[in-house]
Amino acid sequence: MSFLAKYMGQKVKRTEDPRLIQGIGHYVDDIALPGVLHVAYVRSQHGHAKLNSVNVDAAKSAPGVVAVYTGTDIAGKIALIPCAAAAPDMKKPDYPALALGKVAYVGQPIAVVVATDKYKARDAAELIEVDYDPLDAVTDLEAAAADSFVIHEELGTNVGATFQAGSGDIDAAFAQADKIVTQKIVHQRLIPNAMEPRGVLAQYLPGEQQLNVWSSTQVPHLLRTTLAAMLSHPENRLRVIAPEVGGGFGSKLNVYAEEALLPWIAMQLKKPVKWIESRRENMQATIHGRGQTGTVEVAVKNDGTLLGLRYDVIYDLGAYLQLLTPAIPTLTGLMLSGCYKIPAIQLNCRQVYTSKMATDAYRGAGRPEATYLIERVMNRIAEELGMDPVELRRKNFPKPEEFPFATAAGLVYDTGDYEKALNKALEVIDYQKLRAEQAAARADGRLVGIGVSTYVEICAVGPSVMLPCGGWDSATVRVEPSGKVTVLTGVSPHGQGEETAFAQIVGDMLGVDLNDVLVVHGDTDRVQYGIGTFGSRGLAIGGTAVAVATERIVAKAKRLAAHMLQADENSLSFEDGKFVGAPDDKSMTIQEIAFHAHQAHNIPSDFEPGLVATYFFEPKNCTFPFGTHICVAEVDKDTGEVTIQRYLAVDDCGKQINPLLVAGQVHGGIAQGMAQALYEEAVYDESGQLLTGEFMDYAVPKAFQLPSFELDHTVTPTDVNPLGAKGVGEAGTIGSTPCVANAVIDALAPLGVKHLDLPLRPEKLWRAMNA
Amino acid sequence: MQLSLTINGQPHAADVEPRLLLVHHLRDNAGLTGTHIGCETSLCGACTVLLDGEPVKSCCLLAVQAEGANITTIEGLATNGELHPVQEGFWECHGLQCGYCTPGMILASVGLLKDNPHPSEAEIRHGLEGNLCRCTGYQHIVEAVKFAANKMQTQA
Repeated sequence: MSFLAKYMGQKVKRTEDPRLIQGIGHYVDDIALPGVLHVAYVRSQHGHAKLNSVNVDAAKSAPGVVAVYTGTDIAGKIALIPCAAAAPDMKKPDYPALALGKVAYVGQPIAVVVATDKYKARDAAELIEVDYDPLDAVTDLEAAAADSFVIHEELGTNVGATFQAGSGDIDAAFAQADKIVTQKIVHQRLIPNAMEPRGVLAQYLPGEQQLNVWSSTQVPHLLRTTLAAMLSHPENRLRVIAPEVGGGFGSKLNVYAEEALLPWIAMQLKKPVKWIESRRENMQATIHGRGQTGTVEVAVKNDGTLLGLRYDVIYDLGAYLQLLTPAIPTLTGLMLSGCYKIPAIQLNCRQVYTSKMATDAYRGAGRPEATYLIERVMNRIAEELGMDPVELRRKNFPKPEEFPFATAAGLVYDTGDYEKALNKALEVIDYQKLRAEQAAARADGRLVGIGVSTYVEICAVGPSVMLPCGGWDSATVRVEPSGKVTVLTGVSPHGQGEETAFAQIVGDMLGVDLNDVLVVHGDTDRVQYGIGTFGSRGLAIGGTAVAVATERIVAKAKRLAAHMLQADENSLSFEDGKFVGAPDDKSMTIQEIAFHAHQAHNIPSDFEPGLVATYFFEPKNCTFPFGTHICVAEVDKDTGEVTIQRYLAVDDCGKQINPLLVAGQVHGGIAQGMAQALYEEAVYDESGQLLTGEFMDYAVPKAFQLPSFELDHTVTPTDVNPLGAKGVGEAGTIGSTPCVANAVIDALAPLGVKHLDLPLRPEKLWRAMNA
Repeated sequence: MQLSLTINGQPHAADVEPRLLLVHHLRDNAGLTGTHIGCETSLCGACTVLLDGEPVKSCCLLAVQAEGANITTIEGLATNGELHPVQEGFWECHGLQCGYCTPGMILASVGLLKDNPHPSEAEIRHGLEGNLCRCTGYQHIVEAVKFAANKMQTQA
């Protein structure tokens, strides 16, 4: 595959931006349909309760109210909320779109009011009387695993599933160890908090039997297929549109109760209906992330050689299963080798129900957990062995020539040069000098720490058997008769900038102006089936489909060019948008070819008119980006406050199509990972009440709470796709949490602190310093 | 209640409920959907607009509190089709990803630069503390504001 370098590899400004910086894009709530009705929810105020009755009489007669629905109204009419990732023998509770008989988490939908405006809908929702019998709740993972109280009686236990993963002789590894290092690890619950809350607008056209659903989703096609099944509506008469989507981070990679209920109401009432989530609803009832408590044990030799790793973990499912809930710890298990050679690995996982919102995929989805526990325990090992944490890491890296590298966790890493990224980071930050400065600061009584994390992660998951929905994605590239190019992509970007990145690819491959390429996504009636945007797959899989389809366009256009120029096809070459090399220096542009391909007055007899190609790319493997992050942090001795003095990220995501977009992804990723290390935590009390239900209590960091990041990179292309691109959406999040944690704990090392659970807030650090 | 105010230079009169929030008035009655709602509690800043030139959070103001005021929303920031330097800065420096916080972030930045035309990085970061962004990690936003400051100095 050959590219011009006019656009690819360049810092191209985004084509998405003009509409967004002028406020003239359209998110779900910006779409107006005449006669639209507004939906307001009544949700559980209890973490666990029996529902005795839901009295809707007053609400029904309130001004402006058109309809009110409860669980009994929809029973048997809307299928249960689906989970696509539960093993056949997993114990799972029924999860209806409106609660029936009981509620099991704060925020669970109980009833809805449909009214002529949103104020009236909320007024009427206040009039609904719910009679609860509060029951005991279970929020602690160990208590849940011990069945101290069983949440779903029909299951008989809180343990939904128990599974083991990994390979190698783990008992032998521990028997041969010089030392066994053990660390308890807690991955606190996080709330994704995309800035745009979720929202659904649904419209039913009875004449056409057409159901149109606008949803703030990362996966419009998967949502369409699922809704067709849940509502028993023909999929070819169901259109899902993901318009402008204001961030997702995995929280919109799902199928939610509201996404099924709104279209059902639109069909009942034959009127369009809209629901826009409030922030409180978003915190309570959009999926959470992380939520694991475990113990990692590592068998090592005195020289630092890793022999085996065992991780016993309890995973917090929440009260019910969402689309991919039980798959998350599987991903943790797959990444347990980190970027090290570990001959034996074992994961023992218990998945437990708790009185909380379901967890699911949040930026990184299981991999940040793996990286955090390995990178934390690597520091603990270094300490125990008296080794420098950098040298311990270096010693256990596979060498570049050992790739493809098979791990005992069950994956084959595509390409990698971990030492190169590490060396670059050490050089850029001058690690030796940093350590000297740290020693001087310590001598002055200051608490300065240096944290290092070397990470590898898994992106662009494939082949298809690895995902319930398949791992491929699709593209159609169409050169219109005028020569303008339309790209229909099956991925569904929501901030990543792929309208620009894909236009860069097509612009270079066809030799056309970037602004002549329109990238269309997120509409199931305009775009061929696709999987969507998550797991850093957009460019590596969706972009590859675009590139291959474009390559086919060039090949087809070349046949027609040879015919029209009366040249031998093999003598023609395609340069900067023109077919050249014909007799008499004649040439034709791609735009001219596009016109003639459509006019079809002068085509070879076996030439199919038109100039369009569709390609579905099935990846043969995942990609494995990697890198080294280094953080310098100082802890204030009096207040416990952490200041990040420097943060360097050297990432290797393979080839970069647009370094500006890569930097944006890395910055945002680091910010979220750093927030996990320092600030964020979803807190429930013992009754299952969510205590962090607004931005006042849940600490999404502000600008002054984050530093400027220094970025650098190495380039190790993948051989899994012809772009050589690995994906970069989650790397920052995965690398940064352990890096910051290691730095802060290193700062406190002179006080004898070996480990602290996240988030490392001032109070926790102050207590550790004053213990 | 009768309400009359100026929105993006145009006079605008309406009969509104006293409890109507300014942000809903702008979005639902004036059709200016560039002003976004991210929390309804004044904590995220997505709904920031300029009221007589000062940034305010329109989710926590009643529409009637804006009686007689001059409101600028994101749609009114460009003049004669020419982007405001802050808009330009956000585009040039990749100061946005999903774009949802962007209108509020841009208008808060306009307010910040009005009070402090040459802010340091720390002053920018503190000056934007009322606006949350979940995508960018803020660094490119800081650069966007610096870009705008330089551009406005050159133009002045």
